[in-house]
Amino acid sequence: MRLKTFPGGIHPHDEKQYSKSAAISNFPTPKRVIIHLSQHIGAPSTPIVEQGEKVQKGQLIAQASGFVSLNQHASISGSVNKIGRFLHPTGSMSSAIEIISDGQNDIIPLDDDPKFLELPVDVLKERIGNAGICGMGGAGFPTHVKLSPPADKPIDTVILNGVECEPYLTSDYRLMLRNSDEIISGLKIIMKIVGANKGMIGIEANKPDAIALMQKRCAKEKDLEVVGLKMQYPQGAEKQLIYAATNRKVPAGGLPMAVGVVVQNVGTAVAIYEAARYQKPLIDRVISITGPMVKTPMNLLAPIGTLYSDLVEHCGGLNGALGKAISGGPMMGFALPSLEAGMTKGSSGLVLLGEKAARSMAEHTCLRCARCVDICPMNLMPSMIANAVKYDDLEIAVKAGLNDCIKCGSCAYVCPAQIRLVQWIDTGKIRYAEIQRNK
Amino acid sequence: MIMNSKDKLFVAPAPHVHDKSTVKNVMWNVVLALVPALLFATYFWGFRALLLTLTGAVTAVVCEAIIQKLRKVPVTVHDGSAFLTGLLLAFNIHVGAPIWLPIVGAAFAIIVGKQVFGGLGNNPVNPALLGRAFLLASWPTRMTGGWVGVKDYAMSGLNNLPRIATNLQELSPKAYELVTSATPLGVAKTLRDSSFVADINAQAGGIDLGGRIFSSLTEMETLRSLFWGNIGGCIGEVSAFALLLGAAYLLYKNIIEWRIPLFYIGTVFVLSLLFGGIPGSGTSILLPFFHIFSGGLLLGAFFMATDYTTTPLSKKGRIIFGIGCGLLTIVIRLVGGYPEGVSYSILFMNVMTPLIDRMTMPKAFGRIKK
Repeated sequence: MRLKTFPGGIHPHDEKQYSKSAAISNFPTPKRVIIHLSQHIGAPSTPIVEQGEKVQKGQLIAQASGFVSLNQHASISGSVNKIGRFLHPTGSMSSAIEIISDGQNDIIPLDDDPKFLELPVDVLKERIGNAGICGMGGAGFPTHVKLSPPADKPIDTVILNGVECEPYLTSDYRLMLRNSDEIISGLKIIMKIVGANKGMIGIEANKPDAIALMQKRCAKEKDLEVVGLKMQYPQGAEKQLIYAATNRKVPAGGLPMAVGVVVQNVGTAVAIYEAARYQKPLIDRVISITGPMVKTPMNLLAPIGTLYSDLVEHCGGLNGALGKAISGGPMMGFALPSLEAGMTKGSSGLVLLGEKAARSMAEHTCLRCARCVDICPMNLMPSMIANAVKYDDLEIAVKAGLNDCIKCGSCAYVCPAQIRLVQWIDTGKIRYAEIQRNK
Repeated sequence: MIMNSKDKLFVAPAPHVHDKSTVKNVMWNVVLALVPALLFATYFWGFRALLLTLTGAVTAVVCEAIIQKLRKVPVTVHDGSAFLTGLLLAFNIHVGAPIWLPIVGAAFAIIVGKQVFGGLGNNPVNPALLGRAFLLASWPTRMTGGWVGVKDYAMSGLNNLPRIATNLQELSPKAYELVTSATPLGVAKTLRDSSFVADINAQAGGIDLGGRIFSSLTEMETLRSLFWGNIGGCIGEVSAFALLLGAAYLLYKNIIEWRIPLFYIGTVFVLSLLFGGIPGSGTSILLPFFHIFSGGLLLGAFFMATDYTTTPLSKKGRIIFGIGCGLLTIVIRLVGGYPEGVSYSILFMNVMTPLIDRMTMPKAFGRIKK
């Protein structure tokens, strides 16, 4: 298979060795979960339960507060202990519903529609919306919104993202090995909803068995294709993946639908399948607990809201002194102040690093070596943006690409002067947004 | 309990991994890449080449430390950038130069060329080249005189320009002086003066002596000498082979990028092929190789025109920079006032860098070209 790729990018060690051979196992029902009201892009969900109220696994507990919002369901049975502010996997405090388990583990009754592919598009979309599904690769864009492109933007291609280009993470990889049929069913549902006649599954070359398995499953499907991709970060970034797979460039500031493409994570595809067939809400997901500091790295199917500390304990605890806990991958994930955060629908992994990783390196003066320019997958000038933000010249920052940056972190990864380029660029983005708002 | 929930973990923004490259690593690797050239220079010219080079490098380090102390900023001489500047400065001096020349040059390079602007990353032009330009303007005879002295330091063989002289016993004093006292580029330059050529031809009894000397420049023997290093010139320019070895290492380590050297050398290649000949002698496909292997071109193209701080950020900008350097080098070599133009052309393009950067801002992925 000829591997495809995108221009730019970096080649960090993939570090998948920790958890890639661990098959997905079920995490037992936790004592408590914290269901965040902001697990997605869009308005926070509105709680519809009260403190002390009994809830059953699968029950709707917070409602989408608009079109670009999300339903949230109880991921365990028990009672609502508190609606308040809890640690979010992005490292900040955020509103959430805490549920204490009652030991019961029965999910609300589910239906089964074996002929789910014959359901009308409206019904499929409604089921996905009801199930509270958002992108499970990390960004968390509500799926029902993504699957409702305007009529003037015809979609011909659906790409499933099984790239998992972030180092360490293996949850999508293990999911592809275990749930290939469900993934393909999910893909077909998405294709039906958006009216696409082509389905693709993008997988990076470091997962040859996943590529082989998916190819076998797609062998008899004329409209499905597995795309092998070169190991290169950020291969899984939406625009880069679309370019690698279809040679189409998403216009700056535009969405994939502008080039007739919809991208969904493979995990999301499974959730879509379960919602379409069983009307099962999204209440659990696969998460990799990995890195050098965890005793037994695992890929766990765990209820949404499970505390990271419980997951780590289940994996045998720590190997030694924990330096850094990263929610997500090490390139774009968030360093947590503690492990007491409840996982969300976008939590693909928890990476535990040693004390060496917990050193802040001094920023040196920019050498103008242009390494960041050479590898930027968006063809920007990261050092120039950062410098312009530093000296409060947002006009130059915008010219150098401030608003086109996808914050993949490649520039900071290669910077010999250890300049925190992403942080500077992010600062610029926030300042720029403020100025636009005040206009 | 896996950890006390009151413990605060270390929090920092993404990315949480790094390729472990450092400024120090970059600079010392460039120094390492110049070691072959230094060894060749020491082999051909003896211990004095090493002495002058280390004098320049140490002076640069000492000056940087003193100025940083005076500026009350952290002393960062361990990063190797000052050492590298001193080394490159000394590489631009010939082995017959007095010992104070690299000292003064390196001090000027560091103090005026670098620290005055705020140190590493802020200097507008290549400090080593600025130091060389300063020396050349202040002590032109010290910088260019004494080429003849080179062979006093030579440990092996003579280059083939004096060989022509011994072959051609009929040489007039003027022609003899030409082939023995200049660098190969100096010879090429002088032969572009048609009245000079007519002169020596007349003195040689009407044979085309000028043309014969010119064509000897592109003889394989000359090129071999230029390639291995058996030729007059500055310390760092001695061996094309040694410089290419270092350049290959830097390219392999991804420390320098190919665009500037390729377009610089490529431009020199094309222009010297087209315009490098002298009347009556025509050109030769080997003439570009003569131009590439002689003088400071390889040293300049791989080690000085690739200086991070003073060259454009964008890829397109680097192509323009390389072409500009090549164009100016050839213009100076063929029609300018000096036999060699590498350092001035790089300095000139250094000053153009902010302008080039502004004009070559890349279009973001997905932005429509206007």
